[in-house]
Amino acid sequence: MIAEIGLAALWLAAALAVLQMVSGGLALRAAPGEVNALAIYARPAAVVQAFLAVLAFTMLLWAFATTDLSLKLVATNSHSMKPLIYKLTGTWGNHEGSMLLWVGVLALSGGLLAAFEKRLPERTMGATLGVQGFVALGFYAFLLLSSNPFERLPVPAGEGNGLNPLLQDIGLAIHPPTLYAGYVGLSVAFSLAMGALLTREVNPAFARVMRPWVLGAWVLLTLGITAGSYWAYYELGWGGWWFWDPVENASLMPWLAATALMHSVSVLAARDALRTWTIMLGVLAFSMSMLGTFLVRSGVLTSVHAFAVDPERGAFILGLLGIYIGGAFTIFALRAGAVAEGKRFAVVSREGALVFNNVMLSAILAIVLLGTLYPLLTEAFDVRVSVGPPYFNPAAAIFAVPMLLVMAVGPLLRWRSDKPARLQFEFALIAALVIGVIAAVSFFGQFPLLPLLGLGLAAALAVAAFLPLKGRNLARVPVATWGMVIAHFGIAVALFGMACEGAFSKERLAAVAPGGTEQVGDFTVTLDSVTPIAGPNWTAIEAQLAVREDGGAPVILTPQARTFWSPPQSTSESALLTRWNGQLYVVIGNQAEDGRWQIRVWWKPFVTFIWYGGILVALGGVLAIAGRVRVDVRRRRATALGTQRRADVEALGAEPVPAE
Amino acid sequence: MRKRLWLWVPLALFAFFAGLAGYMLTQEKEQFVASTMIGQPLPDFALPAAFNGLPGASKADFADGKPRLLNIWASWCLPCIAEAPQLEALQKQGVDIVGIAIRDRPEDVANFLGRYGNPYSRIGSDTISEVQLAIGSSGVPETFVIDGKGIIRHQHIGDIRPEDIPTLLAELEKAR
Repeated sequence: MIAEIGLAALWLAAALAVLQMVSGGLALRAAPGEVNALAIYARPAAVVQAFLAVLAFTMLLWAFATTDLSLKLVATNSHSMKPLIYKLTGTWGNHEGSMLLWVGVLALSGGLLAAFEKRLPERTMGATLGVQGFVALGFYAFLLLSSNPFERLPVPAGEGNGLNPLLQDIGLAIHPPTLYAGYVGLSVAFSLAMGALLTREVNPAFARVMRPWVLGAWVLLTLGITAGSYWAYYELGWGGWWFWDPVENASLMPWLAATALMHSVSVLAARDALRTWTIMLGVLAFSMSMLGTFLVRSGVLTSVHAFAVDPERGAFILGLLGIYIGGAFTIFALRAGAVAEGKRFAVVSREGALVFNNVMLSAILAIVLLGTLYPLLTEAFDVRVSVGPPYFNPAAAIFAVPMLLVMAVGPLLRWRSDKPARLQFEFALIAALVIGVIAAVSFFGQFPLLPLLGLGLAAALAVAAFLPLKGRNLARVPVATWGMVIAHFGIAVALFGMACEGAFSKERLAAVAPGGTEQVGDFTVTLDSVTPIAGPNWTAIEAQLAVREDGGAPVILTPQARTFWSPPQSTSESALLTRWNGQLYVVIGNQAEDGRWQIRVWWKPFVTFIWYGGILVALGGVLAIAGRVRVDVRRRRATALGTQRRADVEALGAEPVPAE
Repeated sequence: MRKRLWLWVPLALFAFFAGLAGYMLTQEKEQFVASTMIGQPLPDFALPAAFNGLPGASKADFADGKPRLLNIWASWCLPCIAEAPQLEALQKQGVDIVGIAIRDRPEDVANFLGRYGNPYSRIGSDTISEVQLAIGSSGVPETFVIDGKGIIRHQHIGDIRPEDIPTLLAELEKAR
């Protein structure tokens, strides 16, 4: 019964998406200033659709929680012995469930937009909701026609197949939903961009409506990527935090586009410049999130992350991509020329710096896109290659280094036009920090170029991030400005972590007999014992390692090599010892012939700063949203108060004064 | 006009990508990286018996004109348990299967065969993975089709699922 309710809700939601699309589209046929009589259905359709899609997802969640083995999806992806939390996360640990989650969040954000956004002209709003309905419809069709999550088995299964053990991890409880919500936030930005393009209403008012969606999506993507990176770091047991794997790139590319879009939409809101560019980025950001879904789901690229691969579904998503993105870029090519040009600005100005950085971000995006798709291109000619860090790191750095430098000075520049001479002190300070730090570090030893540059830039950026506050009354600095300061500082912190990890990591791979000792940095690692242990759905061998820092009291670390039996797979559970200035990372490998165990130990100084930085960046985004919302609420309240007062005055004036 | 032309660039790039991706989706996707040893003769090897019940394996066993399967496995490998029924089915259809046990002990091998059945005619013991590496296999289980002259014809990576049996039988037929 549960499954049937879910399925019915999905079909109804799909029908409402059609209504929303048609009704929203009709809004365009109204004369300016008037409202088409049939256009009024778009908003309620979006709201009810949101309710139905969320209901469908809740039903699937319920089926997973109770391990309803008559459902094919539950039987193939869950297991009655699994801990409840992983039963629940298993809902989206598979293709169908994750697409349902995607559609649910899509409908929910469409519903929120329809219910609460009253600032846009009705025509633009109608067009936006129409586009949103059109996008949702494609995904409903995808779910219902090719990946029905509620399919029943003819005979209920006796037991489930389990979930990919790599996915039985708390990091995975958070990572995909966060990323999806981010992707979907970008779909709202896309719909808004298309709506504005169709009605040619690309102006600051539109930008202010779009900004919170872009900011929100960007915060979620930042958190999602940060969590995903940490998950890969401790769960995959390779000791690295970023692998330039196609699936990681698929999440990075929308983030890059969203970062550019966020800055561009701010310029549009504040200065009425960069109109066409903002629309372009709006389309691009959503294209990248759909492209990501396509690359992950179709199996067209080989990846360690390929969890639910199916070429037929790939063809379906490619079809959707063709319709939405191809269609959007066609409309863009036809219409964007007709959008009036925005305000002009000088090269040296805050707009100038933002444009420069947007171009750099787009260039990095192009580098990542090219590297990700290159194996696809060569495979068309029967050559199999894998593109990795030797390409990505230097190629991305070529654009990242100038971008970080401009990022340090950009916020100090004035809008429209500025004179570099005004900022002599700041320029000198930033240059001195970059050069000074690089020189000081090089003095202590030979380090690779990129981490060295990273250290210099991180130091300069950390200081420069706070320079916009210089000479201001801190209590009166707008919250949104604090957001920018903290986000930029977060980038510096993350960059510092990356550079330290790259430059100063120490690694030791050794075969150790129980009782044996190894030295890594300031740490002495002693292998006490290796014992077999059993978990709810796995068995493992666990090493007991006593770690002493500078000969101090021992801390016990227990890395495991786990073997899951349903489905059979082995994973390596690393053990971490976190200090404020870094992490000790231990993995246990195979047993050699003579009974010794392979132990791999890294000391990674300041590696945790990568993720602290990511969290700071996201916090900056949250502050920016909070600041904008506060200003907006105040403005609305003031407007409402003014209207009230005017109405009062009018009422008083119109009413005859009662006679005494 | 030049400005207008710029507006078509994103669409053109997207069209190129969509064309390429569409083309690649229709292509048969080889999920595994095949060994470069395919088409090459087996490396020279002579392995001792992995346990007391069956003889060991050597290159000479593959020179009698009959195609065989060479199955690389280990008693400590879980997917090898999963593929045991499929190997048994192949043997029942008259396929000769030579096993190579990787980093294994005689009592474990005997134990495994006792519990999951013995489809092998010979099992060599490769305690340091030397034959495994020479033949171009990176893990267990892997199965190779070897023709009657000792040439490697086909490689199957991972456990043999029921749906893989026809492919293997066809490859054996081709190697005849």
